[in-house]
Amino acid sequence: MHASSRKRQQLVGLFLLGCLMFNYPLITLFDRPELVLGVPLLYAYLFGAWALIIAIVAVIVERRD
Amino acid sequence: MLQGWLVVLASFGYIGLLFAIAWYADRRARAGRSMIASPVIYSLSLAVYATAWTFYGSVGRAAHDGVGFLPIYIGPTLMILLWGFVLRKMLRITRIARITSLADFAASRYGKSALLGGLVTVIAVIGILPYISLQLKAVSSSFEILLSYPEVVVPERGGSMPFLKVTALYVAMFMALFAIAFGTRQVDVGERHEGMVAAIAFESIVKLVSFLAVGIYVTFGLFDGFGDVFGRAAARPDLAKLMAPFATEGALANWAWMTVLSMFAIVFLPRQFQVAVIENVDERHLNTAVWLFPLYMLAINLFVLPIALGGLLTFSWGADADSFVLSLPMYHRQEALTLLVFVGGISAATGMVIVETVALSTMVCNDLVMPILLRWKRLDLARRADFTRLLLDIRRGAIVAILLLGYFYFIVAGEAYALVSIGLISFAAVAQFAPPLLIGLYWKGGSRNGALAGLLAGFSVWLYTLLLPAFARSGWLGMDLVEAGPLGIDWLRPTHLFGLAVLDPVTHSMIWSMIANVGAYLAVSLTGRQSVAERHQARLFVDVFREPGKRGTACRATASAGALQSLLSRFLGGERAADLFRAYARSRGVRSADELRGDPDLLAFAELQLAGTIGAASAHAMVATVAQEQAPGLDEVMTIIDEASQVIAYSHELEEKQRELEAATAGLKAANERLKELDRLKDDFISTVTHELRTPLTSIRAFSEILHDNADIDPAERHRFLGLIIKESERLTRLINQVLDLAKLESGLAEWQNAELDLNEIVADAVGSTSQLFKGRSVAIETEVAAALPPVSADRDRVMQVLLNLLSNAVKFSPAGTGRVRVRVEPEGNCVRVDVEDNGVGIEAAQQAAIFEKFRQVGDTLTHKPAGTGLGLAICRQIVMRLGGRLWVKSSPGAGSVFSFTLPLAPHSAAALAGE
Repeated sequence: MHASSRKRQQLVGLFLLGCLMFNYPLITLFDRPELVLGVPLLYAYLFGAWALIIAIVAVIVERRD
Repeated sequence: MLQGWLVVLASFGYIGLLFAIAWYADRRARAGRSMIASPVIYSLSLAVYATAWTFYGSVGRAAHDGVGFLPIYIGPTLMILLWGFVLRKMLRITRIARITSLADFAASRYGKSALLGGLVTVIAVIGILPYISLQLKAVSSSFEILLSYPEVVVPERGGSMPFLKVTALYVAMFMALFAIAFGTRQVDVGERHEGMVAAIAFESIVKLVSFLAVGIYVTFGLFDGFGDVFGRAAARPDLAKLMAPFATEGALANWAWMTVLSMFAIVFLPRQFQVAVIENVDERHLNTAVWLFPLYMLAINLFVLPIALGGLLTFSWGADADSFVLSLPMYHRQEALTLLVFVGGISAATGMVIVETVALSTMVCNDLVMPILLRWKRLDLARRADFTRLLLDIRRGAIVAILLLGYFYFIVAGEAYALVSIGLISFAAVAQFAPPLLIGLYWKGGSRNGALAGLLAGFSVWLYTLLLPAFARSGWLGMDLVEAGPLGIDWLRPTHLFGLAVLDPVTHSMIWSMIANVGAYLAVSLTGRQSVAERHQARLFVDVFREPGKRGTACRATASAGALQSLLSRFLGGERAADLFRAYARSRGVRSADELRGDPDLLAFAELQLAGTIGAASAHAMVATVAQEQAPGLDEVMTIIDEASQVIAYSHELEEKQRELEAATAGLKAANERLKELDRLKDDFISTVTHELRTPLTSIRAFSEILHDNADIDPAERHRFLGLIIKESERLTRLINQVLDLAKLESGLAEWQNAELDLNEIVADAVGSTSQLFKGRSVAIETEVAAALPPVSADRDRVMQVLLNLLSNAVKFSPAGTGRVRVRVEPEGNCVRVDVEDNGVGIEAAQQAAIFEKFRQVGDTLTHKPAGTGLGLAICRQIVMRLGGRLWVKSSPGAGSVFSFTLPLAPHSAAALAGE
């Protein structure tokens, strides 16, 4: 019970992190017409951050208490 | 070669497969082996979020503004992270209150208000129409494009597209049949449709696979990987612009608001509420969905930008970007892939339409049509025997009507917009549900009127700022209204309200509608009052985790068990109703349903079962038709008052106990003080007694030593010394006797021989025996006795002791020669009083109380040698008190003293006195 409440709180923390990462002003740092490894910088950042969040969420919820 | 018949065959084949899956899942569910009881299936069913908008529209959006399609998927990713606080709570409430739809949820939260449920339904239906028209448009366009294979045509814009319109109508009717077949085969308990969910999950796989297939084909088949697509696009200035889109004014605000909008949409779109909340079979499935569903969205969006750029690079002549997904493989004559994409598009669109129309038809039926029909007295619907058929017919009718309205919207306003822009209009409409439902989930103060006001205000702004311009742009209304404002008032322009420019129309509408919605909701809630039912429901919702399972009805009506069972059987069928009542009877420890009492508990149970089918507001209305509608009856009120007064009485009792306890504590404290005082007095007494004993002993010893040491002492002197020794010895003896006497008196061990006494006689004896003393000091004595004195009850020797003591004191303190002592005896009430008066020095008022204490003598003990033991008066007082009388003194310095005591009359003389 405590562990799952803790997980819920961790997810809320992640929510706040996501709000920060996918918003002004951080997002403007990557708003440049450049290619990183052949991929547009902004595109790479958004998908990278998105994948990172999903990965952390998966680790949090699937980890045994 | 893709023939028309092949396309149609593929479509029907695919849909036949869906039916097979749904049929199989339903059969498994009936057998008790649910197919959808899996977190993966649940996550895939959530992916009904990805519609033709995602499948075709995202690429169109990306071709227009780069990453602008992404907030629609990032928002839900973020929102679902709050599941522990939002979705989980909604799930629990839905389960407890048997919620059947979003409108039902809203109505239940605000006191089972049928009006609110109806308003939510109307907003949902109107708001979703653009979204449905989007699906129709996407499918019919894809059909049209496919039929012109291998030519890639641009669907014409404007009014002259008879073919597309006819196709769209066919598609609409076909989808209606499809939804009816899936969603309204029977009246389900709790509106759960396992077969539908299984089919939706399968559709999610199909659309993902086909989109990934075309994405991989474009990126790695047509181009040489991501680097190649992006590299070539970056080389073109018009496309390079798409890679850094935030430089555009307002783009960041649009991005942020799109994120918020889609956060609301993932919860409040009727179909998302349906799959995420209503169809959920296990709360724990959210654990997996919280990452699997975002992963799905990430996967289906991965190739959007490459396809968009690939399309722009390929069709330099400007094909419709909304159909790149289909036209790219078609252009390169990939027939199988083209067909797969077409089927993927159909699956995306049908999934949305089926779930959306089923959810909306439930709302229309339960929260709009039924409440009206039930209130329509002339129909006398409440008496109807079987409702199941009627419910299904209403839902089927609603599905057809909704799709026709969607088609109508497509004809009127759908052509002028790109897919995503159409969909966002719907998002903005359902976002209006967020304030009353999200705030209402945590704040009990939100009222029904507040929710009504907020929804009306927000929806009105939405109508004015989004729907009206959409109609205007299609040429149905003059563009003047949009461009110049109504009556030419510039600041009322629908898309630039109060001069707010720069923003996207959807963002613009969101800002104003949210201000209106939240503002009205809070203002009305904070200034108005809530009804009892509202407060009850608010508590049920907000505190759902605090009081698990504890619920009841605010209304305290009763109905006969038979009437309730027949009511249930009209909606659920006789067999199911009988089963439910039997189970309830068992849970109550009653043998059969016939023995159930129609109490409020049974009423609440029946209402809950009914709510699972026709919604809370309608269920409440239906149960009310059979219940003896008694606003809290006298009995209930008395019970409530009784309970309250019991509580009050109990607390009074507690207070009383506490007071008693405090009193006892105080008593104990006082007793303890008294004990300490007595202990101190005893110590004082002992030290005083020993001191008093030592004084005569010291004299005796001193004189004895003189006599012992001086043999040649003068005989006269010797005689005097011996006389002193004798006197001191006598005093010592007297002192010891008195101490013993006092101790005996105080301990109550003294022996008393009470008899009827004539006080006159005792006084005469006492005066007689002290006459020698009086003569010795030349003090006169007078006796004044009343004739015929009634006898007193006392111990003769003790009374004598008191009198002798008082008389000897009087002599001692009277001046020699002129002294005069008067003894007076007279009856007083039921006692006899004796006064001994002298004309001596008197006693100061301050010392009058002290003289009755042990070893206290009047006068300065330093200058006067004490004339007595200091115990006489203390003993007298003890004796008089013991005999039932009082002893006191009246005196003033220089004016003599009067010592008085009373003794009670003998019993028979007291009775004789009373009789007189």
